Amino acid sequence: MFPRPIEQYNPGARVAYQAVLPVVLLLWLIPLLAVMWFSIKPGEDFTTGNYWGWPENGFQGIANYMTVFTQSAMPQYLWNSVIITVPTMFGAVALSCMTGFALGVYRFKGNLLIFFMFVAGNFVPFQILMVPVRDLTDQMGLYDTRLGLILFHVAFQTGFCTLFMRNFIRALPRALIEAARVEGISEWRIFWFVVLPLMKPAIAALCVLIFTFIWNDFFWAVVLTQSPESQPVTAGITAFNGQYRAMYHLMSAGSIVAAIPPVAMFFLMQKHFIAGLTLGAVK
Amino acid sequence: MASVTTDTPIHNNDPAPRAKISQQAIAPWLFLLPAFLFFAVYVIIPIFQSFYISAYEWNGLYSPEYRAVAGSEMTDLECTELGNRAARTEGCEPTGENVWTGEYVGFENYRNLWTDPFFWTSLKNNVLWLLLYFLAIPGGLFISLFLNQKVFGMRLYKSLFFFPFVLSQVVVGLVFSWFYLPNEGLLNEVLSWFNGPRTNILGSNDYATYGIIAAGLWPQTAYCMILYLTGLNAVDPEQIEAARLDGAKGPKMLWYVVLPQLWPATFIAIVVTVIGALRSFDLITIMTNGGPGFYNTSVLAFYMYDVALSEFGFRMGYGSAIAVILFLIMMVYIAGFLWKMWRDEKG
Repeated sequence: MFPRPIEQYNPGARVAYQAVLPVVLLLWLIPLLAVMWFSIKPGEDFTTGNYWGWPENGFQGIANYMTVFTQSAMPQYLWNSVIITVPTMFGAVALSCMTGFALGVYRFKGNLLIFFMFVAGNFVPFQILMVPVRDLTDQMGLYDTRLGLILFHVAFQTGFCTLFMRNFIRALPRALIEAARVEGISEWRIFWFVVLPLMKPAIAALCVLIFTFIWNDFFWAVVLTQSPESQPVTAGITAFNGQYRAMYHLMSAGSIVAAIPPVAMFFLMQKHFIAGLTLGAVK
Repeated sequence: MASVTTDTPIHNNDPAPRAKISQQAIAPWLFLLPAFLFFAVYVIIPIFQSFYISAYEWNGLYSPEYRAVAGSEMTDLECTELGNRAARTEGCEPTGENVWTGEYVGFENYRNLWTDPFFWTSLKNNVLWLLLYFLAIPGGLFISLFLNQKVFGMRLYKSLFFFPFVLSQVVVGLVFSWFYLPNEGLLNEVLSWFNGPRTNILGSNDYATYGIIAAGLWPQTAYCMILYLTGLNAVDPEQIEAARLDGAKGPKMLWYVVLPQLWPATFIAIVVTVIGALRSFDLITIMTNGGPGFYNTSVLAFYMYDVALSEFGFRMGYGSAIAVILFLIMMVYIAGFLWKMWRDEKG
């Protein structure tokens, strides 16, 4: 193990390490603690300039959060995010299970070329797609709709998912598939009954990753939507920003609410999340 | 390859069932078809369209097409050439179709870019982002080495250190802009303890970009950290012990024994850092919206968006030209990545 395990040092070093750890963590998370702090402070504090100090009239508890939920468009924005994120997650993962299977199992001419096309497409800057995709969405009558965003996200995320799935399937034992073929099982049933059950970890990893990516997407939200009826929460917070200029206590409560779903996803499915982030390249 | 011998002889001259063969030939294409269609429509074709549009001037609109009314003295061509004025011209009627209003300008957009000071500011900032973003890699390595211990609660510590990456960049941007507030920001609060001068980071032409990059480094470092933590798990403990017996330790051990084994993690870290740096759009929009002044913190990704969907009329052609430049820069990295993958595939 590197660095040398702390147990092998003298007890003093061990205690020091354990003491330093929480301090470093607090320093690292200061920005996050700041939002949490803001979100429980009363609004007057910000008009009187008491940004970081102890609130003079006590804490607000969840009052700011209640205001965000009852007196702003936040619930609608959150709902939009769910409606956009969940179908995208299923769509992209379903499509890439199939592409991953096709590219990982079969040997045919153009296999690598198609694979590289998906990989390259996944890395292109969004801006090279912006004008045509916005135009296409508009032409289909889907501008400023959640469906317009979903369709694009499914298509774009398929690139990344294919990269991941194909490499995962590549690492499965081929003998299994060969054996199924000898038994005379059709290709579709091999996919469904032999390979798909083995892909569960990869599917879980991609689901959490795609969920987080899409939930946090901001660029496409502002390019393809503009009204509170269809905008996701990332675009919604900035609208909030204008609605309550300098209402820090509400903006911070809103930010925390917006951050909860991906954070919960991460903590619940940590192992899968990290497996996905390392692109499966680092075991 | 070891040959397999079985009791039952294999009939080599038995023809494989015809249906089976063709099924195996067709199946991959059927599996690929839906995703390929999606990807072609939304990713592949738009790339070429952007190249095409970059040779035009286009405001993003379509206009109704006109034709001559049968029996009038106008011709179809005349009506078309009148454009929107045809609506008020007798003898012309709308066909019900809409036509693209782009005007061919050749390389004009690119020539304009060459003399556009905001383009150069954006490009310069892109270089700055690319260079400084790389700090996330040693930063992540450093934190991962610090955390690679087995003490009580370590798992939770690791997840909490990773936390910033899960937050949306919008939230990160908001938080950091509060941190930098000219008077009440925490940064100034802390500086004032040391009698430091009050600074307005995001309002300053000199520091604003650095302030935004610092905000971006926070989640990016967390990402690199998790890559290295996973990598450190896989480092061969026997090699480490052997090197230790040979007297290697500290930085020497890190450089000569550990880092080479971490190469896969480093490679992914480089890839995601470059992409993250070139995609920096969210933070700039949230924190400064390109300001202070005209596009002082802009990067190509931001400038392209701002030009194409400008409040003062859409300039899709000019925007596409910027996108093409950004794409070509990114293509260098994509080509490198593909080249490495290709080499790995060939073994």
